[in-house]
Amino acid sequence: MELENLKHGTELIKRGFAKMQKGGVIMDVTTPEQAKIAENAGAVAVMALQAVPADIRKAGGVARMADPEIVSSIIDVVTIPVMAKARIGHFVEAEILESLGVDMVDESEVLTPADDQYHIDKTQYNVPFVCGARNLGEALRRIYEGAAMIRTKGEAGTGDVSEAVRHMKQIMGEIHELKGKNKEELLMYARDIEAPSELLLETAKLQRLPVVNFAAGGIATPADAALMMRLGSDGIFVGSGIFKAENPEIMAKAIVKAANNYDNPKVLAEVSKGIGSGMKGTSISTIPQEESLQIRGW
Amino acid sequence: MRTLTIGIIALQGDVAEHQNMLHNALDNLGLKGNIIMIKHHGSVKSCDGIILTGGESTTLSSLLISEGINEEIIEAHNKRIPIMGTCAGMIVLAKEGDEQVKKTGQYLLSLMNIKVKRNIFGRQKDSFETEIDVKFLDRPYKGVFIRAPAIVEFGSTVTPLSYMNNVVVAAEEDNLLVLAFHPELTNDTRMHEYFLNKVLDLIENK
Repeated sequence: MELENLKHGTELIKRGFAKMQKGGVIMDVTTPEQAKIAENAGAVAVMALQAVPADIRKAGGVARMADPEIVSSIIDVVTIPVMAKARIGHFVEAEILESLGVDMVDESEVLTPADDQYHIDKTQYNVPFVCGARNLGEALRRIYEGAAMIRTKGEAGTGDVSEAVRHMKQIMGEIHELKGKNKEELLMYARDIEAPSELLLETAKLQRLPVVNFAAGGIATPADAALMMRLGSDGIFVGSGIFKAENPEIMAKAIVKAANNYDNPKVLAEVSKGIGSGMKGTSISTIPQEESLQIRGW
Repeated sequence: MRTLTIGIIALQGDVAEHQNMLHNALDNLGLKGNIIMIKHHGSVKSCDGIILTGGESTTLSSLLISEGINEEIIEAHNKRIPIMGTCAGMIVLAKEGDEQVKKTGQYLLSLMNIKVKRNIFGRQKDSFETEIDVKFLDRPYKGVFIRAPAIVEFGSTVTPLSYMNNVVVAAEEDNLLVLAFHPELTNDTRMHEYFLNKVLDLIENK
């Protein structure tokens, strides 16, 4: 087989990678030890970070890409895929992460945006990207830029699932609204929500996003994970919820089991028993508007 | 002809894609089929054929055990029920893994006389698609390799079906069919049709 016949970084390969994550739980980790715990608990991937969102929120200041040493040390110890976050619009951070061998880049609102107008042109990379979205227009704009996976933004680092619920219901609701509309009406709708028209037509036809759609931002318990799956998520990101919990190992396993048994309250009751307290968290209503992470990106 | 029951192990990964392909393959062959999603123990024994999907093999392994499906698949194999494993599914069906498998203490169903190496072509940025030749097909097939494994050693009862460089990326041993790539991500139903024919053969020869 001649090597020049291999096509890397195609849309099929990038979206395909995201599809392999379906039904799974992706966990935020900050050390190789945490990454091992996540892998042993059955995580489908880990997100390598300098600090979990709850700590980023607490620390304030400018949040940037993690130290490459942390990312590399995590890549070295686990066999599951490793993801890492780049700032919105910071295409150099994304290039650095790609060169480290990261399997997916999260262009994330949890970090301080580097560009207040443009997101990264994600079509230019072999590495696939995941991006946050709060509504259908935002999701389709990100997909148009090359995102291979969408996740709800929720409100990261809070342990309050309500914003993730809001964003998932918003996206699902808008997709349902497309049903029964004719082409003319769909094109009008695309204009209204500032979505690329081709992608909107495709979404209407599929009755789902053309890429995998995960839930993220505030998921802290097995019941939260199951709730998001019930709302139609393809899988779950858990940020601070694991390693800010009283017993991360048990919490990680319980959330994995819950993502697979989301429609079985008996199993959910069983896995939720005696797992220690979840992260303390912060209720959304107490967070001032200017400290909200979800409003970053557009 | 009776209706075939094909079970897709639906614990994690690209389950819906396999389901779509199976529907199309059944239609193309003019067969009636009942496709069931297996998330818990109890329904494997009603299957005429089983598919282990792509996904993360470590996750798949641990969920197979925690849902008690592993023993049921082994039982089905002992009855020579056809099983197809793609990518992660191929790893889980193998008798032996590489150092990655050993290092993580990953559980394998250990049904097929093959040794697999995980992520043999590299990380995600090295993932690729390319046309490959497959023994039973008259034209090339689009191989979609995503952090793909390959077979580095195999027993004398195993028939290699496709090579990539010097490693085997598709193989067959009696009722077992394994592919290192993802036919379910293409629009080409020939792999699924081949698998369904295996299922038919077994039923007719019973």
